[in-house]
Amino acid sequence: MSSVVVGSIERADAPPDASSPAQLLAPDGTRHPHPSLDRHVADLGPAQLLALYEDMVVVRRIDREGVALQRQGQLGLWPPLLGQEAAQVGSARALRRDDFVFTSYREHAVAYCRGISVDHFMPMWRGTAASGWDPFEFGMAPPGIIIGAQTLHATGYAMGCVKDGVDSAAVAYFGDGATSQGDVNEAMVFAATFSAPVIFFCQNNHWAISEPVELVARRPLADRAPGFGIPSLRVDGNDVIAVTAAMRAALERARSGGGPTFIEAVTYRMGPHTTSDDPTRYVDPLEREEWAAKDPIERLERHLRSEGALDEGRRARVDERADAAASAMRRACLALAEPEPLALFDHVFTEPTSWLTRQRSQYEAYLAMFEEERR
Amino acid sequence: MSEMTLAGAITAGLRHALEADEKVVVMGEDVGKLGGVFRVTDGLQRDFGPDRVMDTPLAEAGILGTAVGLAYRGYRPVVEIQFDGFIYPAFDQIVAQVAKLHYRTRGAVRMPITVRVPYGGGIGAVEHHSESPEAYFTHTAGLRVVTCSTPQDAHWMLRQAVASDDPVLFFEPKRRYWVKGEVSESMDAAPPLESARVVVEGSDVTLVAYGPLVATAIDAAAAARDEGVSVEVIDLRSLSPVDFATVEASVRSTGRLVVTHEAQQFGGLGAEIATSITERCFAHLRSAPVRVTGHDVPYPASRLEDHFLPDLDRLLDGVDRAMGRVNSLTGWTA
Repeated sequence: MSSVVVGSIERADAPPDASSPAQLLAPDGTRHPHPSLDRHVADLGPAQLLALYEDMVVVRRIDREGVALQRQGQLGLWPPLLGQEAAQVGSARALRRDDFVFTSYREHAVAYCRGISVDHFMPMWRGTAASGWDPFEFGMAPPGIIIGAQTLHATGYAMGCVKDGVDSAAVAYFGDGATSQGDVNEAMVFAATFSAPVIFFCQNNHWAISEPVELVARRPLADRAPGFGIPSLRVDGNDVIAVTAAMRAALERARSGGGPTFIEAVTYRMGPHTTSDDPTRYVDPLEREEWAAKDPIERLERHLRSEGALDEGRRARVDERADAAASAMRRACLALAEPEPLALFDHVFTEPTSWLTRQRSQYEAYLAMFEEERR
Repeated sequence: MSEMTLAGAITAGLRHALEADEKVVVMGEDVGKLGGVFRVTDGLQRDFGPDRVMDTPLAEAGILGTAVGLAYRGYRPVVEIQFDGFIYPAFDQIVAQVAKLHYRTRGAVRMPITVRVPYGGGIGAVEHHSESPEAYFTHTAGLRVVTCSTPQDAHWMLRQAVASDDPVLFFEPKRRYWVKGEVSESMDAAPPLESARVVVEGSDVTLVAYGPLVATAIDAAAAARDEGVSVEVIDLRSLSPVDFATVEASVRSTGRLVVTHEAQQFGGLGAEIATSITERCFAHLRSAPVRVTGHDVPYPASRLEDHFLPDLDRLLDGVDRAMGRVNSLTGWTA
């Protein structure tokens, strides 16, 4: 009896990075063949890879601008995505217009790839409105702050897709920290039960604020899904080709009635949790250096240069586009009007209640008192 | 008109809602073949199929969270929480997601979700099966919270709740599930969902009750009349928003207010109603508002629940306090 238990404990105690994630593009820019994933990215020629490259450069630049705007007091907060560009761009670019994504708060690149203008990124982080875009226009819900809650929304949406007989899919974006939440585990139970076309896209960036993934996972996160009856893929999240391939494989499954898939994109949060965080208190600088060598943009750049698809002129044009996007975001941020005070009473209900109408009128009268004083 | 139990009137309401709008789906634990533990969804899965009447895994957050996703997709989920005390695992999804999404998205996303909750005590149940958690939800901006006391209201209000584009917490007084009454399935005479109703007219004291205690309040009014006190009973129906106009009009006439609920007293609906009415018609009050409620203890073991739940005598004692007649607190100085 005891030997069986000991044996299983030993097997169960493999560290989260034990099985190496699928990689199609090595950090040095070498393209490696992959037996099952290659067919999903057969169409990715130089033009397509250049487009992904440009996306990643632009979102990194936007992200840097977000941090700068916060440091200059223009934004209340900014959660940087630095290091996670490939995971977000590769997955989001694999989607169709009619798919719907439910993200956490760090997915600026996903929003960008959904076609959401950088102007719309600003209201939430500047605090002029609770969210910046119409979810139905872009197929993207407002960023979720409560960790993991949005995975259930994605699952419910996908259940609706099945009822409607459409082949759209829903994607839940969440992090390694969220995998401990009951909501995420319940979402996997519901997704399996209803064979919902939802992709659980877990960006394992190794950190939940200061808590390392090793604190919460004794096994790779991708190993959890099969227990729910959900197949999983573990890919190098800094390899935009591998991420694209994994997402396309999962979407193919979802669209053909195969149900949910779990993808663990192994990446690294190169910046702080948010602009309010101080990672020097808990991140080993050597570990960060190791991950810097696996940078998602640099590896694609090496690959494109080696293929002769990227030269200095093209690189400069990409940088110009990135700078233009960042400037547009800055201008949009600074141009945001202060919200009208009474706007705080809007949209609590579809029809205002008697109670709220009265409260609004009373506050309006209170504000009017100051107006009269000024006159 | 036909005679129905309160539970049966809700079943009939669900049937109407499912027939009227193909986007209405019923979901919850055991709502399918079993018809729910109280049989409120009896026969619905047979008639509308498992795609529209869905047995879900036993996970309340999961039920509410997937209902949110279905609402994004244009569905109108009617969720059953099996018992009052089982709603807490879904608390985040209800108060942080369902209640806020319309506000957060500046009206772009609607959450037309109805959450049915059998609630209240008096059935001799084990713990977590007899609670009255309504105040947690009336305290949350963005939720409509209603409860019914008669089969007719149960039917009308359920259909209005499902038709509402706002999320509605629909509390069902489980110990009154088997009360019978005449029910019209026409909505023509249905009053607005957020309206209260004077169910007994009186001139000395306004007694505000809702859900399971409305019947008790009506009995108390009859008993008080025998003692020469005229009690006006108001069935609140909507707990958020509260129809203060109806309560205020009554208190302006009677000058006295008693509020009763099974839920614990501190921070409860009684506190809000007493305060709001005091603010609105202080000059008309002839005595301090009185609350007759459950005690501020966890819901007790069933052999003690008669000491927890307001009953006829405790309501009459509350009326005596409002009237300044001899009562249980006579002689208390603190």
